[in-house]
Amino acid sequence: MAQNKVSWMIGGAQGTGVDSAANIFSRAAASSGLNVFGKREYYSNIKGEHSYFSVTLSNNVIRSHMDEVHLLATFDSETIIRHAWEVESGGGIIFDPKQTSEKITSIPTLEKNVVDGILERLKEEGLGNSVMDVLEFAKRNGVKLYPLPYVDLLKQVGEKIGETQLSILSRMTNVMAVAASFALFKLPQEHLFKAIEQVFKAKAKVAKMNTEAAKIAAEYAVKNFSNNEISFHIEPKPVKEQRLLINGTSAVALGKIVAGCRFQTYYPITPASDESVYLEDHEVFESRKVEVLAENPHQAESMELDGKGSIVVVQTEDEIAAITMATGAALAGARAATATSGPGFSLMTEGLGWAGMNEVPVVITLYQRGGPSTGLPTRHEQGDMLFVLHAGHGEFPRIVIASGDIEEAFYDAIKAFNYAERYQTPVIHLLDKALANSTMTVKKFVYDDLVIDRGKLYFEWFSSNGPYKRFEFTEDGISPRTVLGAAGGIFWNTGDEHDEFGHISEEPINRCRMMEKRMRKLETADAEIPDREKVVIHGDVDAPYIVVSWGSTKGAILDAIEYHAQHGLRFAFAQVKLLSPFPTKILQELLPRYERIICVEQNYSGQFAQLLAMRTCIKPHNLILKYNGRPFSFSEARDTLKRAIEKNEARIVTNAGA
Amino acid sequence: MAVKLTLANYRTNVHNDWCPGCGDFGILSAIQMALADMHLDPSNIVIFSGIGCSGKTPHYINTYGIHTLHGRVLPYALGAKLANPNLIVLAVGGDGDGLGIGAGHFVNAGRRNVDITYIVHDNGVYGLTKGQASPTLKRGLRPKSLPRPNINEAINPIAIAIVAGYTFVARAYAYDNKHLKEIIRKAISHKGSAFIDVLQPCPTYNDITTKEWYAGEDRIDPETRKPIPRVYKLEETGYDGEVQSPDPTEAEKKIVAALAKSFEWGDRIPIGVFYRNPYVPSYEERIASRIPNYLTMPPARQPIHDAEKHPTADIERIMEEFLVTEA
Ligand SMILES: Cc1ncc(C[n+]2csc(CCOP(=O)(O)OP(=O)(O)O)c2C)c(N)n1
Ligand code: SF4
Ligand SMILES: [Mg+2]
Repeated sequence: MAQNKVSWMIGGAQGTGVDSAANIFSRAAASSGLNVFGKREYYSNIKGEHSYFSVTLSNNVIRSHMDEVHLLATFDSETIIRHAWEVESGGGIIFDPKQTSEKITSIPTLEKNVVDGILERLKEEGLGNSVMDVLEFAKRNGVKLYPLPYVDLLKQVGEKIGETQLSILSRMTNVMAVAASFALFKLPQEHLFKAIEQVFKAKAKVAKMNTEAAKIAAEYAVKNFSNNEISFHIEPKPVKEQRLLINGTSAVALGKIVAGCRFQTYYPITPASDESVYLEDHEVFESRKVEVLAENPHQAESMELDGKGSIVVVQTEDEIAAITMATGAALAGARAATATSGPGFSLMTEGLGWAGMNEVPVVITLYQRGGPSTGLPTRHEQGDMLFVLHAGHGEFPRIVIASGDIEEAFYDAIKAFNYAERYQTPVIHLLDKALANSTMTVKKFVYDDLVIDRGKLYFEWFSSNGPYKRFEFTEDGISPRTVLGAAGGIFWNTGDEHDEFGHISEEPINRCRMMEKRMRKLETADAEIPDREKVVIHGDVDAPYIVVSWGSTKGAILDAIEYHAQHGLRFAFAQVKLLSPFPTKILQELLPRYERIICVEQNYSGQFAQLLAMRTCIKPHNLILKYNGRPFSFSEARDTLKRAIEKNEARIVTNAGA
Repeated sequence: MAVKLTLANYRTNVHNDWCPGCGDFGILSAIQMALADMHLDPSNIVIFSGIGCSGKTPHYINTYGIHTLHGRVLPYALGAKLANPNLIVLAVGGDGDGLGIGAGHFVNAGRRNVDITYIVHDNGVYGLTKGQASPTLKRGLRPKSLPRPNINEAINPIAIAIVAGYTFVARAYAYDNKHLKEIIRKAISHKGSAFIDVLQPCPTYNDITTKEWYAGEDRIDPETRKPIPRVYKLEETGYDGEVQSPDPTEAEKKIVAALAKSFEWGDRIPIGVFYRNPYVPSYEERIASRIPNYLTMPPARQPIHDAEKHPTADIERIMEEFLVTEA
């Protein structure tokens, strides 16, 4: 029977090819025409700890992972022991028959409480304590078992390609697991070969070896498993649009290039550094030739763009240097940014305040992860929102935007720079680990018609305009801004309170006017930024209930309310994208129309709900929270929303994910 | 620039609130004299500063002036210079600012050798917070503002700068501002990171390394009946810290000699250029070796949109690596 969506999981020790297997599987499925959503989970470790990747496939748009696994591909015992329980009846497990006698207690990377829990479950069923017992448990629950004799098959591959060394051959174990999975799902093989070629395009020999391995594994699966098929299949429908399969950090990096970000600083931190490393890898890129712009005499001196653009990426000594160096570059007139995660952002707060005080357009891309402190370095959380909104001493304007998915992240990255330059203030682009490390099929990015808005920017100041005042009092709070080096545009900056020229002033009347001028920029932004960039309303607007959320919970919520709509339970969903300035008016008008307001977010204290109450005096009826370090799945969004409506609990905490 | 530039072009009319007799005045005027001597266009100069009495310097100079955070002057300055290498970038700050809270940036800037000039106002105290010990105050000393003698060792800024990788390392004295001016000129002309440790008396809080002490007024030559100054000029002794060839062994020898010299203190305190190596590629050159049009199209000068404000970047080729379906 063909399903609406199917889910696949692969796991293994870190460093054994789990990521590349998932990448090949996802690419192959995507190029067959399916939509793909992939979620990556890993420990803060380089080699040896367990990591896994879950991939959900659908012909429809898909935006979240699901907890139910339809096919689990394994090549080590730990993956079976950890995940066999998640496989649905009718689903299957691919495993190495040579490893089934292994004892559960002999796996050093399994946490004690996990082992104890499993042993108990097995005991209840009257089973022993080996991998085979776990498989037997699954079998009793209707899960089908697919032993794949990796070593024998690898030897066959070796004979075919003339390679005898098992250490080399065993590198293809992961691809065999993928190929057998593809065969079990009955997905078209040619896409698998295409994906292998793509992924190994720099190494033709490796590509060929892997293709052989895939063929042999697939043949074996077809021959041996066809009398015991899994019950989950999906038939790809042909598509007529260009799609990308991309993760969050790459999408943001591409957005930054398009936005004109030409200077990026960073200090290594998970999961943010992938973005900067990607940018450095693509530091020279193509650019359309353009006429030199008359208003920019700097450019007249230099040549016109010769078909190449570039971005300078600097790995700094710490995050304090990262934000301050980016700010220096922004003062010189470059669009500049830094990317970090919680601990790094904590270090940046003083620099953030300086940029706010001196009205410097600097962009901070913040990938939240589990906190506090180093917290869960490789896991997910939305725990930094209130901190981001208030970070730094004193009061200064900041703009904070939160992207809901990978596609939004690309376009929001561009918006971030436009806001920063138009309102001459720091912008924080709030993302998280789930967005950073998930992979998703998206419509190919279209950017030709996007507008780069640099605001009141001057590359030269003519004395006919009067003496130049960097912090001139204006009605909208925004002053003309020259760049360092602009003829006639000399200015001063200081973190001290200052006069219109930027010189220190402690005089009380000036102080008030300056404070008001700076803060007025938020009112200007609030008045100018279109509603659709502040709050996006999804789902059934006339429904009795409304879900309110922000950031990466979007995918699971959308998939869940779509599901409920088909089953007669209707929700509207307000996705808040702009957190500062806060869209108070929109929400005050919208929310009271609903019988029930449900906030969904990934932190302990319901940070958004607190913010909502503070800004609108509206208190949500139900809070759905999660803080175990794993992103919301479609399944738990579906179940907890239903529970919220039926039981009307004030606080629901959910806990899915391994 | 067609107009003739004089010292007046580099002054602002901002009220200067340093204590009377502060060494900072000497440093300020030396900077202004150097810029005027070199006829540098004020619009093309940026002076960054940290926080402290010294941090106020930019407000008194008529160039772009960026008074930043305590300890962070260098990363701000480097960001601007790397975004637009055509700018002339100076950084100034206190010894607490640069060698205490900002020590990490001080060392790491040396690894990069960006073409900037960094001047440290070395007064042995935290002036603006009322005279606590700075990292250059010797152990055992107790300036009048300290409740107890200093129990921390002093660091050696010249030695740290040399081993960190600065390619121009000098010391000067705030009250010999002609000499200081010449050192600043050389530092600005040097291609790479130049560090100048300026001995700066703080008459308000540091009653030990005072103007009189540097001048040796406690040591009267019995014959001439004149003080024997402690400060002397390296160049007058035949010392030469300039690396003359790209041969790394020569640089090593010069570094060792300069380090030895940097420990001279007390009765004889050398000022002048300790070390200079013009053969180390600047960070800008290193970037240009990877990004061919970096120097002509640096970050701050790239046209990022066309006349209709649409982006110039073309990511079609990059997106191919992610493309999974065709139209
Ligand atoms: C993060 C931070 N901590 C502390 C201070 C307070 N503070 C202001 S100036 C200063 C020390 C200044 O000493 P120094 O850098 O030697 O400069 P000087 O005043 O001697 O020129 C300190 C600690 C600050 N401004 N910022
Ligand atoms: S406290 Fe010292 S350093 Fe500061 S202005 Fe006064 S004399 Fe100069
Ligand atoms: Mg000091």
